[in-house]
Amino acid sequence: MDECSVLIGGKAGDGINVAGQTIARIFTTLGYYVYMYYDYPSLIRGGHNFSVIRASNHPIGTHRSGIDILLAMDLTTLRRHQNDCKRDALIIYNSDSVQSDVGSGIPLKRIVEKNGGSAVMENTVMIGALAFALGMEWEEFASVISHEMHKFTEKNLEIARDAFQMQEEKREVKRIHQSPGIILSGNEAVSLGLLSAGLNGYIAYPMSPSTGILHFMAAASGETGVQVFQPESEIAVVTMAEGMVYAGAKTAVGTSGGGFCLMTEALSMAGMAEIPITIVLAQRSGPSTGTPTYTAQSDLHFAIHAGHGEFPRFVFAPGDAQQAFEWAGHALSLSWQFQVPSILMTDRVLSEGVYTVDPEFLPAITPVSVPLWEGHDEYLRYRDTEDGISLYASPPLSGSVIKGNSKSHDERGISVDDGMQIASMTRKQMKKIPLMKEAVSRLNPVHVSGNHDSDMCLISWGSNAPLCREAANFVGIKSVQPIVMHPFPETEMLAATSRSRMTFLLEDNFSGQLADICEAHGIPVDIRLPRFDGRPFTLDQLIEDLWGLAE
Amino acid sequence: MTTGIITDAQNTWCPGCGNFAIEHALKDVILRLEAEGTPREKMVLVSGIGCHAKMADYLNINSFYSLHGRSVSFATGICMANPDLKVICCVGDGDAYAEGIAHLLFAAKRNVNMTVLVHNNRVYGLTKGQFTPTSPGEYHSKSNPYASNDLAFNPPELLLSAGCSFVARGYSRRGKELKELIYDGISHSGFSFIDILQICASYMDKTEEYDEQVYVPVSHNPEDFDAACRLVREYRYNDSGKIALGILFQEKRGTFHVGTPYLQQKYEDKQSFVMRFIDGRR
Repeated sequence: MDECSVLIGGKAGDGINVAGQTIARIFTTLGYYVYMYYDYPSLIRGGHNFSVIRASNHPIGTHRSGIDILLAMDLTTLRRHQNDCKRDALIIYNSDSVQSDVGSGIPLKRIVEKNGGSAVMENTVMIGALAFALGMEWEEFASVISHEMHKFTEKNLEIARDAFQMQEEKREVKRIHQSPGIILSGNEAVSLGLLSAGLNGYIAYPMSPSTGILHFMAAASGETGVQVFQPESEIAVVTMAEGMVYAGAKTAVGTSGGGFCLMTEALSMAGMAEIPITIVLAQRSGPSTGTPTYTAQSDLHFAIHAGHGEFPRFVFAPGDAQQAFEWAGHALSLSWQFQVPSILMTDRVLSEGVYTVDPEFLPAITPVSVPLWEGHDEYLRYRDTEDGISLYASPPLSGSVIKGNSKSHDERGISVDDGMQIASMTRKQMKKIPLMKEAVSRLNPVHVSGNHDSDMCLISWGSNAPLCREAANFVGIKSVQPIVMHPFPETEMLAATSRSRMTFLLEDNFSGQLADICEAHGIPVDIRLPRFDGRPFTLDQLIEDLWGLAE
Repeated sequence: MTTGIITDAQNTWCPGCGNFAIEHALKDVILRLEAEGTPREKMVLVSGIGCHAKMADYLNINSFYSLHGRSVSFATGICMANPDLKVICCVGDGDAYAEGIAHLLFAAKRNVNMTVLVHNNRVYGLTKGQFTPTSPGEYHSKSNPYASNDLAFNPPELLLSAGCSFVARGYSRRGKELKELIYDGISHSGFSFIDILQICASYMDKTEEYDEQVYVPVSHNPEDFDAACRLVREYRYNDSGKIALGILFQEKRGTFHVGTPYLQQKYEDKQSFVMRFIDGRR
């Protein structure tokens, strides 16, 4: 096998996410690229959680429908996912709570109790059995456990060893002699990208699926000094963050759709007052509270148009962990370069999905450099310049005052009602737009892959990009992914699609939001492939659809 | 170039507006602080939206003219990022007690080192006279023509229960005392809240009542929380009770801080953290 999919499932609280990451680590050790999709309902204990870990000999960012190895920690997992298994799949189930004619049982509770462990260590038993089944050497596996399980390492090792010895059935994978890289979740990649760009502050209110960034940043704050805080609401989040920016700190906030709704008044203020704020918008299914832990890409129009009035902004949508790292850095840097808000869109699949990233390929992100005011004449916060960008300054600025203003204002930042002055400040702010377009043009705003000569083209964005990349490769067509969503990279998109006779566009929303934008820019979309059930497409489904459509 | 403390922006407050007295007092305090060695560039004024907010245009001082209700939250961000700045919020009663009440109470709870001056004229002036959270219950405007059994907030009492470490009340027609209060508030280490009774010349001219009701208690001990509670209950913003002015409560308490202020952060610390994290995953 040069490819293997493992599904581990159990109740919420069984540590399915952590187990999935350890399994991803096992495959990394064996030389495989991995992708993990984690599926869970919005509850704390009970319910049904599962992770699908796909390993492959080439870089991937999506999962497949067929399961090679099913690890059922409870009966629900076996019942629900038995049908997802390939005919020759290996099934390992918890024989303490499940009776089954198929697969091999392993007594999770008994092994844990024998070693004096606690219930949360039952997933270690499953992982031990899996490691043996895959054909790992004990020493090699033990080092993965030591590396991944920092708490009660010895106890986990004892439990894993018992399971390793008890498992009999095997489904060996061949070892690949390559070092694919490290595993990173989308949220981790966003956090690392922001820190690499010199982030000073991160303010957020908990909201799935963005919360991982808040936890990551809070844990990193001790060593990095970054100011991380959870205030009383998303309105406080964004206004507090903008206050930090006024004082000169590079600050980002993170949320999902509902929280972003609350932030829109202050987003508009960032437009008027030219405040460089970076907002991470991790989409989930809506409208309203929607399904908190399931995915969607239905906030694209909202992100581009959110906030009253007109003002320039950036909207970026990376598709995997590597792009998330890179574009989080760009979001912070470009926001400061142009003194405009930037919105970094992810979605549930990307935020909480786990990807293999080769650290050698991670772009070197340099810290945001902001040309500061050093003049000797009167400082004008909103000085009209050729490029519309007024040099930044934050208090204390010796002998000068810095007046920021959310109302229509003159160059000094003092409120005005006068029509000429209103129009002139609007013109100043809008002067930035062509320069913002040029700036993103230099950063490869559109990713093209697959068969470049094909006259068929599959467009996608966000977490669907790696899926479409792989499917297009398989079917032999071209894959196109805009990473910059606004200002829309029209030139690059037209160039990428100009020879297409048939264009498909896959996205996780009902109406075809990117499709509408493409068509508005003269890129015809022949077939829209919408999905709006909160679940991501799988590779096999998509390939099947594409074969059918390409006929 | 404006070099004085007052900008050349045209003043548009109504004749007789209480804001003039507050502006005058604040201006004098800023000049006094400057004379005492705090450079003006280290002071920042944050305003909300409403008549009070024009202060940001009129005073020649660092300022941010923010959103209705959000000035305290915006100012909290400034205090976090640069604790060396002296941050003063001018807010209105509709502004801070309605839209922004959560931010106000949370800033008090956290003891953010800033001073909040509430221009409490107990009416929405700019939008033409609607009732605010501190309008007397019998006050009816175009937006609430009928009685609704609504009670006015008692802001000092609210702030006391939120853990505010400096609670004071001033009156726009008692300029000398007001000036002292603002100075004491800014000098206080932590969150200082000053509810300033201010007359609205157009919609809520309570000059006669206030002149009659206000007094400065002679033997009040501001460190006595229970005494402060009793004092603030004398007047419930609805009746004819006596209105105590001055510092009603003050205590020493650690001030709010988060992480490392950005000027002391080092980029190398972030870079090496990222490297260590990536290496740890190898």
